[in-house]
Amino acid sequence: MQKGTKYALILGAIPFITLVFALPLVNRIEPIILGLPFLLFWILSWVILTPLILFIAYLLEKKFNPPEEEDE
Amino acid sequence: MNTALIIIFAVVIFSSFLGIYAGRRVKMNLENWTVGGRQFGIIIIWLLMAGEIYTTFTFLGASGWAYSKGAPTFYILIYGALAYTLSFFILPALWKVGKRYSLLTQPDFFIKRYDSRLLGVFVAIIGVFCIIPYLQLQLKGLGLIVEVASNGAVNPNVAIGISFILTCMFVYTSGIKGAAWVAIIKDVLMILAVFIVGIGVPYIYFGGFGKMFRTLIEQKPNFLVFPGAESSMGVLWVMSTLILTGLGFYMWPHVFGSAFSAKSAKIIKRNAIIMPFYQIPVLFVFMVGFTALLVIPGLKDGDMSFLALVHKTYPPWFMGFVGAAGAVTAMVPSAILVLFASTLLAKNVYQDGFNPQMSEEKVMTLSRFMVLVVMTFALIFAIFFPNELVPLLIFGYDGVIQFFPGVVLGLFWKRVSKAGVFCGIIAGVSVLLILILGKKDPFLGMNAGFIGFVVNALITFLVSLKTKPATGGFK
Repeated sequence: MQKGTKYALILGAIPFITLVFALPLVNRIEPIILGLPFLLFWILSWVILTPLILFIAYLLEKKFNPPEEEDE
Repeated sequence: MNTALIIIFAVVIFSSFLGIYAGRRVKMNLENWTVGGRQFGIIIIWLLMAGEIYTTFTFLGASGWAYSKGAPTFYILIYGALAYTLSFFILPALWKVGKRYSLLTQPDFFIKRYDSRLLGVFVAIIGVFCIIPYLQLQLKGLGLIVEVASNGAVNPNVAIGISFILTCMFVYTSGIKGAAWVAIIKDVLMILAVFIVGIGVPYIYFGGFGKMFRTLIEQKPNFLVFPGAESSMGVLWVMSTLILTGLGFYMWPHVFGSAFSAKSAKIIKRNAIIMPFYQIPVLFVFMVGFTALLVIPGLKDGDMSFLALVHKTYPPWFMGFVGAAGAVTAMVPSAILVLFASTLLAKNVYQDGFNPQMSEEKVMTLSRFMVLVVMTFALIFAIFFPNELVPLLIFGYDGVIQFFPGVVLGLFWKRVSKAGVFCGIIAGVSVLLILILGKKDPFLGMNAGFIGFVVNALITFLVSLKTKPATGGFK
């Protein structure tokens, strides 16, 4: 597997860890943050962070993987 | 005629004509009709995919679940982010084989990869079975929205009938490009409506969403954590449903197929990065549902909470605006669903199954004719059996995820075999049917579709190890 793809996959695992597997740990109302109950705040934060995570994954792939001819 | 009705009518007619106009300079062959000639840039792809995700079910269902079930509704905010993350890794590879082998549909992929027309026909039939109830749901949602927005002035069946004819017209003439263009209007109206109402109602009734949440927590302390109001929807149910919907999302034949309409693999990858932003409006849909629960408790049908609260809070013309947004929100996904169901039937079931010599032109003509057939079916179901399809709808999401092992292993694992994929899908669907028909869903606290999927993946893997790798393959 190419190095960039590997980094991207590791980053890609983050939303699955935070938004699926961590749910039993964050299933609570307190503390209320920015007016949102904690569970909802947690979910919203990671949903908003997902594009950022994917963007970094995209940059890493671009940096470490050789450019592909079919990509244009 | 009342103000709301005029607004709804004007928007729906205008959208339909825009959809028809979209195809004016395109010479229609099957590739242009189904996947826009693989020419869509990042903006139009974004609109198209968003058009598929934001259906009336998001509008009415997410607020409805916030109203009646509480925290379990949060899964609707999450699963999109998971689906897009997955698409970042899968769709570019899929797009490339689609381009290389001129694939138009999901069954095309199976036929090429596993060198089996039979598998293609099989996948196409399951796909159409999953699409019809989804389509029926859109039509029903549309009828509901127009009925409420017009204050009962329009019979829901009349509304469904009119929008049915208009949607057929722009799908027939412009194919997917028509749907993509109408999606522009839909997205602007929908996002405006959701933001205005979602920020507006907590502010009007409570002075802000923070105070609204505080009131809700005081009244129902456990409503905003899993399992909310529904004891069967615990955290395990949420997690299994998230896996199911997150992985299953791009397995819908129409979503899968529209990935082929991008201009390049890079565009589809960049699109995956920006898609999660589209999830944010869902938060505001929740706010409406929660506020409605506090302000107008005791509604029989939670799915009505969004419309009921708008009706109570805003002037009639605004109700018209929301109604128009809702109507177009039903029409765009309907158009894409019917488009792909028709292509599946004409190209993959009829041509691949019975008449491989059929010319492409004839397949195109047949696909267009199928638009009418599929829509008529959905229309009949929507009008005469409004509730009978709910079990089938559950089967929809649970059904399409059964394609996941065949698609993903097909892309990334050389060893996967035709027999493996066949056995996997049959096993997965059987488990699913047994659990759902036996009323064992959720099973051990988990979503039945998820269990079917796990069985399917295991069997696909094990049988593939014991049999010859598929002969088709991608180089």
